[in-house]
Amino acid sequence: MTDSKYFTTTKKGEIFELKAELNSDKKEKKKEAVKKVIASMTVGKDVSALFPDVVNCMQTDNLELKKLVYLYLMNYAKSQPDMAIMAVNTFVKDCEDPNPLIRALAVRTMGCIRVDKITEYLCEPLRKCLKDEDPYVRKTAAVCVAKLHDINAQLVEDQGFLDTLKDLISDSNPMVVANAVAALSEIAESHPSSNLLDLNPQSINKLLTALNECTEWGQIFILDCLANYTPKDDREAQSICERVTPRLSHANSAVVLSAVKVLMKFMEMLSKDLDYYGTLLKKLAPPLVTLLSAEPELQYVALRNINLIVQKRPEILKHEMKVFFVKYNDPIYVKLEKLDIMIRLASQANIAQVLAELKEYATEVDVDFVRKAVRAIGRCAIKVEQSAERCVSTLLDLIQTKVNYVVQEAIVVIKDIFRKYPNKYESVIATLCENLDSLDEPEARAAMIWIVGEYAERIDNADELLESFLEGFHDESTQVQLQLLTAIVKLFLKKPTETQELVQQVLSLATQDSDNPDLRDRGYIYWRLLSTDPVAAKEVVLAEKPLISEETDLIEPTLLDELICYIGTLASVYHKPPSAFVEGGRGVVHKSLPPRTASSESTESPETAPAGAPSSEQPDVIPTQGDLLGDLLNLDLGPPMGDEPEGIGGPNFVAPPAAAVPANLGASMGSGLSDLFDLTSGVGTLSGSYVAPKAVWLPAMKAKGLEISGTFTRQVGSISMDLQLTNKALQVMTDFAIQFNRNSFGLAPAAPLQVHAPLSPNQTVEISLPLNTVGSVMKMEPLNNLQVAVKNNIDVFYFSTLYPLHILFVEDGKMDRQMFLATWKDIPNENEAQFQIRDCPLNAEAVSSRLQSSNIFTVAKRNVEGQDMLYQSLKLTNGIWVLAELRIQPSNPSFTDLELSLKCRAPEVSQHVYQAYETILKN
Amino acid sequence: MNPFWKVFLSSLEFIFMQRNSQEKAADVENVPPVISTPHHYLISIHRDRLFFVSVIQTEVPPLFVIEFLHRVADTFQDYFGECSEAAIKDNVVIVYELLEEMLDNGFPLATESNILKELIKPPTILRSVVNSITGSSNVGDTLPTGQLSNIPWRRAGVKYTNNEAYFDVVEEIDAIIDKSGSTVFAEIQGVIDACIKLSGMPDLSLSFMNPRLLDDVSFHPCIRFKRWESERVLSFIPPDGNFRLISYRVSSQNLVAIPVYVKHSISFKENSSCGRFDITIGPKQNMGKTIEGITVTVHMPKVVLNMNLTPTQGSYTFDPVTKVLTWDVGKITPQKLPSLKGLVNLQSGAPKPEENPSLNIQFKIQQLAISGLKVNRLDMYGEKYKPFKGVKYVTKAGKFQVRT
Repeated sequence: MTDSKYFTTTKKGEIFELKAELNSDKKEKKKEAVKKVIASMTVGKDVSALFPDVVNCMQTDNLELKKLVYLYLMNYAKSQPDMAIMAVNTFVKDCEDPNPLIRALAVRTMGCIRVDKITEYLCEPLRKCLKDEDPYVRKTAAVCVAKLHDINAQLVEDQGFLDTLKDLISDSNPMVVANAVAALSEIAESHPSSNLLDLNPQSINKLLTALNECTEWGQIFILDCLANYTPKDDREAQSICERVTPRLSHANSAVVLSAVKVLMKFMEMLSKDLDYYGTLLKKLAPPLVTLLSAEPELQYVALRNINLIVQKRPEILKHEMKVFFVKYNDPIYVKLEKLDIMIRLASQANIAQVLAELKEYATEVDVDFVRKAVRAIGRCAIKVEQSAERCVSTLLDLIQTKVNYVVQEAIVVIKDIFRKYPNKYESVIATLCENLDSLDEPEARAAMIWIVGEYAERIDNADELLESFLEGFHDESTQVQLQLLTAIVKLFLKKPTETQELVQQVLSLATQDSDNPDLRDRGYIYWRLLSTDPVAAKEVVLAEKPLISEETDLIEPTLLDELICYIGTLASVYHKPPSAFVEGGRGVVHKSLPPRTASSESTESPETAPAGAPSSEQPDVIPTQGDLLGDLLNLDLGPPMGDEPEGIGGPNFVAPPAAAVPANLGASMGSGLSDLFDLTSGVGTLSGSYVAPKAVWLPAMKAKGLEISGTFTRQVGSISMDLQLTNKALQVMTDFAIQFNRNSFGLAPAAPLQVHAPLSPNQTVEISLPLNTVGSVMKMEPLNNLQVAVKNNIDVFYFSTLYPLHILFVEDGKMDRQMFLATWKDIPNENEAQFQIRDCPLNAEAVSSRLQSSNIFTVAKRNVEGQDMLYQSLKLTNGIWVLAELRIQPSNPSFTDLELSLKCRAPEVSQHVYQAYETILKN
Repeated sequence: MNPFWKVFLSSLEFIFMQRNSQEKAADVENVPPVISTPHHYLISIHRDRLFFVSVIQTEVPPLFVIEFLHRVADTFQDYFGECSEAAIKDNVVIVYELLEEMLDNGFPLATESNILKELIKPPTILRSVVNSITGSSNVGDTLPTGQLSNIPWRRAGVKYTNNEAYFDVVEEIDAIIDKSGSTVFAEIQGVIDACIKLSGMPDLSLSFMNPRLLDDVSFHPCIRFKRWESERVLSFIPPDGNFRLISYRVSSQNLVAIPVYVKHSISFKENSSCGRFDITIGPKQNMGKTIEGITVTVHMPKVVLNMNLTPTQGSYTFDPVTKVLTWDVGKITPQKLPSLKGLVNLQSGAPKPEENPSLNIQFKIQQLAISGLKVNRLDMYGEKYKPFKGVKYVTKAGKFQVRT
């Protein structure tokens, strides 16, 4: 006698029969009938007509029957809200039952009935149950608050359930604590702004205590909650880590992975010199490896997470290569993931083993896997230089097998190897050419054509080979067509005599017979290049190529950091931030790794930065007798070297002579003309860097009547110092000269200060002094401090000023994308500095173009749920690269908040780069 | 829809998924565990030809779901003796009741078998007869005792006339051996399964002769971690019945002995429709114990039509549809090593197969834990009676593969 009999009734008047049975007096018959109803419900039959009859069975002391009726209610209450009300009384009564099991069951079921009218009645019983003496009821009620919040959030807030729930975090029973945490986390997820889980060291301590005592599922909730906490310093982080590590030995893999998440996150705060840091690294490896011996489903999720962990901290698993070796009967999804991690872990130390394995895989049955294995060999060659030769010979062996897809895949990767190690392995080209005919996939054909074109001079019959491809030109995919066009042009440039016909043929095919705009455009460009200036064509087409980077498909560093915070979740399986795929538009909180604490001196926090105003507005006058200025005092400040004391214009002019305008366009010369010149300088700034308004550097009272104000500009590669000299004394000033002290970036005047006419009292002259950066270098404090001495016929005056760093950003500061990724990864995390720029009046586009005009170049751009991320690079005159990541989040309609992360090998410049950003963006 | 995630385990879905899977029977194993659909995510596990699927709408830890699904499957196995479509259909009401107890709104409730059995009695023929006569139900109406105590895994009031505690130390060797016979990768996955039938609240401690072997261990929640950290002793109040006490991994290469070797030569001739097949199995590092229960399975390449082989012992079968060769060897007698040789018939005209089949080997060694792990003693505190105690060791092949 089994339950399957319930599925077999298919008679017509079934409902009637059930109705009669449900109303039977016999308990046993009733129960059987309810079971039949449930079975029908399961297979999708509509038994909602029986609603009143089933609800009538609710008042029973038989727990099994009660449960079954509740099950039915949960299913149909939504469609029969009016009738569901009938059940309310029983619920309320059950909530007061002496048996805690029944109280809990009632409050739990009521939470699952998503009918507004019922929820009103739910509040009172729920309030009682939250304070019930029995912990079983309390923990059930905690979950019920979360359910109710989903139905009617306002109600929950009004009734003060959230506060009761927060109180439950301090409950004496660990299970109640765990459920309260779970409920709060869920509610917090839908209300990211509400500060529900306000974690502080005390509550953390309670959670950690509960962690040891609650069930495995409760441990997961608590660990996930802990991961959202940011400890105040490294000591606190360490003590939490110490208490979490025992979870790594738990039998439940979800507990293990959640513990790994907490540790990976908090590790970020620990200094690498700490002994504990090393201990922790060692402790992380075994549990991760153990996850791989579980069921394949668990393995898969574990592998996806390990992939992230390996990218963030390769040192954890560097000795565990072997556990990622593929077994032939692993499911394919596990195999592919393992392969990916093997490549990430490949290093000089283990490359021999890895290669032997990969070669083995290349003979497996599964085509996808074989392809990936072949590709992996190529990636190893590129990653581990010492192994390149062996990889190439392995690939050649594989080509000898003549298995079609193996050969094609091998050719694709060999192309990349050629790119990485030019002029090293070209001897294999002959072997490759033998397999030309078997290539039928576009990618392989394109790769082969690229090789032929690139090495046309070494392949005797290159023209024949390419010609053979040309026959079916229009049937090829765009990829192949483009490659063929370029290859033939390359061939023509290398062997112009024999291939003229061929190149004409391909150009006409590309430009006249093709309707693909890309192909046509490229065709026209080549055509024009070749017809107007073959030499230039050669320079363009045969230009030296930049090296390709070692690691491909690395996850962007910020995304990686974010994903590390999501270890163990769906996001970590998809390698996307949750906002990118979770439906429902719930607010999403961005998580980020905690910054290293202040004890490691790497970054200055933005708060400690000087008020944030553009530095050039804060003149700093050096006392004339400063001992520090020894260097300056010894300066030889002779008369200006240009021997034109009268100026070109002569002394006749009343107003300052217009003819004395220096070659520099940006400077305006006199008050009369200033409007006009302002216009030009305004236009000028569009193409040059931002120019701060002039500020007074040397007040008249400190310099015997000479007032100097000025600013710095950078235009088209040249830096200049725009000065305005005003004579506020009663005597004429002549014989001006200027000199700089040694400074951090070697700024020095590129020409003498030329004031062409004596400066009469109350007269003002504007001068643009060209600067270069070849002067002597001495590190200044602050870094951008510039000490200047100005001399005239009266005396020598000293002042110091801070120049904005962006005048040092050079025009070729745009980094290649790959290079950017690699460099970003390469620069240690301690060198990263983060800053906030609030209320910037620009959107992402405008930010990008404004920065570009100051030589801060956007390398890549990404949009993550409405937030723009800009990846930028800039180079200083002394060759220091600074990489930046700019997260732009709209704060209100017309303003945006920017989050700036800077990475640089010389971290001390970060602060100044940040100031430059702020100056450029806010003005 | 449920806000968090919800497990739909209706028979309907089982049948639906099964039908789907039968269409491409070969690929069942390869269904990825996390699948995205336009509105939901499906997380599934595959056990005993059944898919257990959960439907998810928001961000959630997939391992959490997968672990839970495995726990559900374990529970069904435990209750119904098998986890099959028929068993689930036959017990659909209990399945419902169980799921109700195990999960509330996406929050797991009771997943310990000890607690569940107090809430819902497992079906037995006797009980269903009794129930139908007396009208009583198989749902307990009191709160399970362990549910909220600090030892949720054990129920109170356990009573046995014979008090017994048995431990099985089971070690599986996972290994990949390359063509030349050298070990590419080897590790031991060990578990200690316990069967404890002790009255009252016994407090046990189990110590080992060589606990240093255990450096990568996962514990049952009942084990006191601090005690292990400081003294290397497993101290615990056990759940009642069968459970897995610890699982461990021994990976350092020199500790993993490989008890068998295989000599093999599988060759296919170019341009002819036949090939030769010859394998011999012999003992190696078997610590003086007999190796028994040996089975060799080989997935032959697709072009193999049939195989004509002669075994010196045991019997073999070749399934021409799945191309799986299975050789049931039995045990090795060192005097006469078992071998299997003969001809392979290939599809005529087809090119010689590229891939080399891997040999999958199963074996068993009784009374030996290959890592050398040995239980020292078991002590019981808290109760007065004297229990029967016993430890059994067995070593098996796990994923033991020989490449050719």
